[in-house]
Amino acid sequence: MRLTTILAGALTLGLAGAAAAQDDPLKVGFIYVGPIGDGGWTFQHNEGRLALEEHFGDRVETIYQESVPEGADAERVITQMALQGADIIFTTSFGYMDATNNVAEKFPDVKFEHATGYKRDHPNVSTYDARFYEGRAVIGTIAGHMTETNKIGYIGSFPIPEVIQGINSSYLHAKKVNPDVEMVVTWAYTWFDPAKEADAARAMIDQGVDVILQHTDSTAPQAAAQEANANRGEGDPMIYTFGQASDMAAFKPTPRIASIIDEWSPYYIKRVGALMDGTYEQTASWGGMPEGEVVIGEITEAVPAEVKAEAEAMIAAITAGEYHPFTGPINKQDGTVFLEEGQVAEDSQLATMDFYVEGIEGEIPN
Amino acid sequence: MDLTSISPTLLIASLMVAATPILLAALGELVVEKAGVLNLGVEGMMIMGAAIGFIAAVESSSVWLGFGAAIVGGAVMALLFGVLTQILLSNQVATGLALTLFGLGLASLLGQSYAQMKVDGLARLDFGPLSDLPFFGRVLFGHDPMVYVSLALVAATWAFLRFTRAGLILRAVGESHNAAHALGYHVVRVRLLAIAFGGACAGLGGAYLSLVRVPQWTEGMTAGAGWIALALVVFASWKPERVLLGAYLFGGITVLQLNLQTAGARIPVELLSAAPYLVTILVLVLISRRGRGGGAPADLGRSFHASS
Repeated sequence: MRLTTILAGALTLGLAGAAAAQDDPLKVGFIYVGPIGDGGWTFQHNEGRLALEEHFGDRVETIYQESVPEGADAERVITQMALQGADIIFTTSFGYMDATNNVAEKFPDVKFEHATGYKRDHPNVSTYDARFYEGRAVIGTIAGHMTETNKIGYIGSFPIPEVIQGINSSYLHAKKVNPDVEMVVTWAYTWFDPAKEADAARAMIDQGVDVILQHTDSTAPQAAAQEANANRGEGDPMIYTFGQASDMAAFKPTPRIASIIDEWSPYYIKRVGALMDGTYEQTASWGGMPEGEVVIGEITEAVPAEVKAEAEAMIAAITAGEYHPFTGPINKQDGTVFLEEGQVAEDSQLATMDFYVEGIEGEIPN
Repeated sequence: MDLTSISPTLLIASLMVAATPILLAALGELVVEKAGVLNLGVEGMMIMGAAIGFIAAVESSSVWLGFGAAIVGGAVMALLFGVLTQILLSNQVATGLALTLFGLGLASLLGQSYAQMKVDGLARLDFGPLSDLPFFGRVLFGHDPMVYVSLALVAATWAFLRFTRAGLILRAVGESHNAAHALGYHVVRVRLLAIAFGGACAGLGGAYLSLVRVPQWTEGMTAGAGWIALALVVFASWKPERVLLGAYLFGGITVLQLNLQTAGARIPVELLSAAPYLVTILVLVLISRRGRGGGAPADLGRSFHASS
């Protein structure tokens, strides 16, 4: 008697579960490398997630996990998310590359989307990235004009192609408008560690750098620059910075004089929409300014009008597809030719970039 | 490589700033451990201090109220640990770890709407002509007030543990709680006071991070500083003056490696990044070779109950 009741109950539950599965919203998972409150990289991915919810309403359910370390732990977290029934999982940091592919092998029915990577070992793994170097070209131009000490600092996270493209692109364009410019690169070996990022900015300022570009995710370098400006002695230059990944508008009008904003929502909406109507295919997406994925935030009044106009002209040219930031002649650091006069870099050349261009001192750690 | 671009004056000045949060937190933990309690929740108390201090400073537009609130917040967190471990006799290691997790979560919850805000940091003190002296002006007389507070606290803790009767009782409780109890000292009360002091210091260290060193609130901003502080106490063989040395050494290597990179030194970056931790491990190994736990209080981490 009791057994049958339990069985009947189980059966009802099972049926109910199956019925629910029919109308289940599409479950979309996100793996974040930092906290949502970083004000930068992860914050922007989360904005993309919120845009998904806004756009699709009840038809999607989103889940996310913050501050997932790159490495063995990531594989566990992604697996967990796949087991929770996610239909598509966006893993939003370069270091999740191998973990994403490993998990994808075990869950062939789940779609995986890895940001900024290049490995697509299984048919259910796509990659997506944004052409941040287009934005770097614009802020490099501004930086070249704004520096008084002719020393521009770049806080690097990890020596991966995406970051090296950014260093090269900003240096090339700063050099174009200011031949005396020198680029100082400091590797923080972290995407997110506010104290360390602030220390790196401070070390640069102490050594005469007056324009700081960052490739790390927190707003700490901005705050450090602001503090340095507040304690500035007579004759010391003003320190300028650029918002990274997010607008970092709190630091306007100085030290933050412009920003590169990552706009992921168009891509997320496109992909999730495709999965819903059955047109989803494996891709390697690399959108930039034309697709609206890389946006330059407000250029503040600290930047002279003619410099601002020059920057805006470059934005227009890149958006229209008339100008590519990596257009020859460009030499590698060792003097060998990378691009001939007028030659434009292939995507494959950029995706594997592992050298500095001519003029940058120092070695890339490997 | 152009090492001349590294100015020793600015290097020392910034290492003092970089070391102050861990110095404060480690000093507090030292007193706690001297009383025989192992509180692994330093990271949690620090981040709570960072969050509460920042929130209070923004709301009141006073950095000093921020520091005050962080002290109270850290102490309240610590007393939570104190009640659980001293009165309810829970396991200290597990409770401490739980305190860290709890603190990290609660701090991000509290700080959520403060992520993009700014606070006016502490201005550096101006000692008039003294601050204009070459080298010494910047290194000795060119800091914000909290750097001096932290140094004064080191001296005060050293004097308290060494010369005062209360300090002697605290050490007695840490070395042998049964003996101290037999002599009529209130072991639990002494330990609770020490735990509260430790929490206050950790909170202050965290607030220094969010109000001066970074200065802003971001989730997870302590990024492991609390664990470094715990290691520093062992590193220092439970001596306040060595905590100062250890904190400045650790802060110094952290700042130096960034400066070396910026100057273009041809040293592998990976090695430089790992240097602060390598040195810490090395010193820990050297200390442990001397045996006898390197001066750890005999009753460290053991629960006390009057009936036992």
